[in-house]
Amino acid sequence: MQRELPRIITLVTGLFLAIQYFIPHRYSEQFYETALDWLIIIGIFSIALGVASLVNHQRQKIKRREEGFRFSYVLLAGLLFMCLTGFITGSGTDSLFYRWGYVGILSPITSTMFALLAFYIASAAFRAFRARTVIATILLVSAVIVMMGRVPLGERLIPGIAHASDWLLNVPNMAAKRAIAIGLGLGGSATALKVVLGIEAPHLR
Amino acid sequence: MADIKAMLFERRLIYFLIFLSVLIPLFMEPPKTVRVTPEVEVVYDRIDSLKPGEIVMLACEYDPSMSAEMSPMTIAVLRHCYRKNLRILATGLTSNGVSLIESELKQVAEEFGKVYGVDYVYLGYKPYPGIVIMAMGEDFRNPFPNDYYNTPVDELPMMKGVKNYQNVALVLTVNSTSGIDYWITYGQGRYKFPLAAAATAVMAPNYYNYLQSGQLFGLIGGLRGAAEYEQLIDTPGSATRGMFVQSVTHMVIVGLILVGNGIFVYGRLRKRS
Repeated sequence: MQRELPRIITLVTGLFLAIQYFIPHRYSEQFYETALDWLIIIGIFSIALGVASLVNHQRQKIKRREEGFRFSYVLLAGLLFMCLTGFITGSGTDSLFYRWGYVGILSPITSTMFALLAFYIASAAFRAFRARTVIATILLVSAVIVMMGRVPLGERLIPGIAHASDWLLNVPNMAAKRAIAIGLGLGGSATALKVVLGIEAPHLR
Repeated sequence: MADIKAMLFERRLIYFLIFLSVLIPLFMEPPKTVRVTPEVEVVYDRIDSLKPGEIVMLACEYDPSMSAEMSPMTIAVLRHCYRKNLRILATGLTSNGVSLIESELKQVAEEFGKVYGVDYVYLGYKPYPGIVIMAMGEDFRNPFPNDYYNTPVDELPMMKGVKNYQNVALVLTVNSTSGIDYWITYGQGRYKFPLAAAATAVMAPNYYNYLQSGQLFGLIGGLRGAAEYEQLIDTPGSATRGMFVQSVTHMVIVGLILVGNGIFVYGRLRKRS
């Protein structure tokens, strides 16, 4: 029963929500709204679960003195600081949380981390973007065309490169992306059907 | 050992070149003209055709790490909307971006003397964007009974008679997350409202197929898209300046790729001989 009951709930809910989509009736809409409320409530519980799991994981790291355990102290202190300032002073733009935690710490840290990517990309492009094979050469040429065609300086230096860049984005890129999207969609539908029918039950593992 | 030293020197040289290519253009006058692409122009035209008082929904989902690319889009679109006396209904469905988006809304509203609750409303953040997007399709009050400032949504004058997506003229999601997929699948797919997206330059190529299928009516891609929008509203801002920096940096990276390949070909030829 421990395994059967969740399977039955999954089957009934899955089928109801799939059928509901095609029934524009008041009761059907009510059922859908109730299901959405449930989803939000369950989702909020999972945040608490996530925080508890994070704290527990870091606590274990500190206890076992694992490599880099000192960073766990930083993480827990950051978590506590952000939570406390948020709860005590609120999160509006005039609050201490916003001025210290957000503008003073979070924004510069995340922006710096992301800005460093430019340096890594340049270094990686120099080292790894090599015309070793025909496929690699096609990739290299396409990348250069798109890079040059998407910036005003490139457009001015090489006439027609903007149109070549647009063509690459609108034709080969779109064909590939569409094939991937259709494949993903079919795969997703098949997996969903398997879960609803109980053939696969990842949520019971 | 000599190889490692050479590699470290090479890496430092590349970093220094990139640093200079970012720094120097910042002190130069950027060119004001950018070629406007049809996918950006259509967003501008659609907003421009709206009547004063109509509501544009801005679903902003980005955090400070993406602010350099995303904020200019939000600011340019807000300026355009306020100039047209349109009203803004905003959400911030990423936990790290909520305060950033609030500050941008406030900044542009103050610039145009717009009043909170009358000209714009900020609903703020609720976890799980997919669920929130679906819930808003029934009624904005389901996921957001109160706005960001904890005021009941029913007490805000702008929200009178505004129930769900059917009451907004269009939705523009300024998004650096996978949230665009949620907006397309759970939002536009189910509730059939006009949807446009503003995405990072890296993400934008993923959404051209939705543009052609009509699921998105417009797409603002990266800093380039933001610079195009700034040009359309005739207000050059940080994207126009940033575009010049990006131009020079792209040139340097392309140059590095060419040099790298030159060295590679030379090495091969030497090996053969």
